[in-house]
Amino acid sequence: MTNSTPGQFVYNRAGLSWIILIAATALSFAVGVEHGTGSLVAIAVLGLAAIKIRLVGLDFMELRRAPIALRIAFEIYCIGLWAVLSGIYLWL
Amino acid sequence: MSQPRPPSSDSAAAVDHVDAAATANTSPRTITSAEQDVMVRRIPGEAGTWVFLLGDMVVFGVFFATFMVERAKAPEVFDISRKTLHVGVGLTNTIVLLLSSLLVVVAIRAIRVKARSIAMYSLIGALACGVTFAGLKAYEYTSLIEVGHSAGANHFYLYYFILTGLHLFHVCIGLVVLASMTTQTRRAEISSTRMAVIESGACFWHLVDLLWIMLFPLLYLVS
Repeated sequence: MTNSTPGQFVYNRAGLSWIILIAATALSFAVGVEHGTGSLVAIAVLGLAAIKIRLVGLDFMELRRAPIALRIAFEIYCIGLWAVLSGIYLWL
Repeated sequence: MSQPRPPSSDSAAAVDHVDAAATANTSPRTITSAEQDVMVRRIPGEAGTWVFLLGDMVVFGVFFATFMVERAKAPEVFDISRKTLHVGVGLTNTIVLLLSSLLVVVAIRAIRVKARSIAMYSLIGALACGVTFAGLKAYEYTSLIEVGHSAGANHFYLYYFILTGLHLFHVCIGLVVLASMTTQTRRAEISSTRMAVIESGACFWHLVDLLWIMLFPLLYLVS
C-alpha cells in the first residue's frame, strides 16, 4: 500500500482509547495530587489506573479479540490489582 | 514456542480494515466470508510471550502490594516523602509513554498493510519517547539524591528506587526491542512467524506503559 496516511491508523478504537487514557491521566492528576491522607479519592485514583491498564491491554495489546481464557486472565488481573491495593489502603 | 498461525497478520489486518471502516462510518461493502473467517479470536504475538508478560505483571502486582503494606506501617513518612518527588516529571513521563504506545500501535497496523515508512517513523518516534522517559528519570534520580533523598533515606525512597529502577530496566530492554522492530520495517516481505515476533515486541512495550500507569499514582498521587 503506497497511499497510506498516519491518520488512517489512528482513527479507530485504539485512537479513541488513547484520548480516554490522556483524559483519565489528567483527571487522576487533578484529583489525586492533594486530597489528604485516608481519602477515598485514592481508591478512585487507583480505580482509574486499573481502567487505564485495561484499555491498554484491550486496545493496544489487542486482547479484546484474544482467546477468552487470555482475556479473562487479563480482566481478573485488572480487577484483582485494584481490589488488593484498595483493600490494603483501606484496611491496613 | 511458535504455534500454527497462518492467518495471523492477515486476520489482524482484516480486523483493522473493518475497524477503520466502522469508525469512519464508511462501509461501502459487506464483510466477505473470507474476512469473517479470519476475524477469529487470536493471540497477539507469540503465545509463549504471554507467559512472560502475565508473569511480569503478577510480579509487579506483588511489588505494588508490598509497597502499600509498607506504606500502611508509616503513612506520614510515606506522605511527606511522596511530596518531595517531582510530580510534574511523573505526569510528563506518563504522557510520553502513552504517546509511545500509540505510535507502536500505528507502527504495527502500518506494517500489516506494508506502509513501511509510516511504520519506521512511528517506531523511531516511540524510541524517542522511550529515551525521553529515561532522560527524565535520570534527572529525577539525580535531583533527589542531590538533596539527600537516596534509597537509604527511608523505606519510601527505598521502594521508590527499587520499583522505578526495575521499571527503568524494562524501558531499556524495550528500547532495544523497539530498535530491533525498526530494522524489520525495511523488509519487503514479513512472514507470519516474524510478524508474531514483532507483535510480541509491541506487547512488551505496551507492558512497560501498563506498569508505569499503576506506578505513577501509587508513588506520586496516593497519600
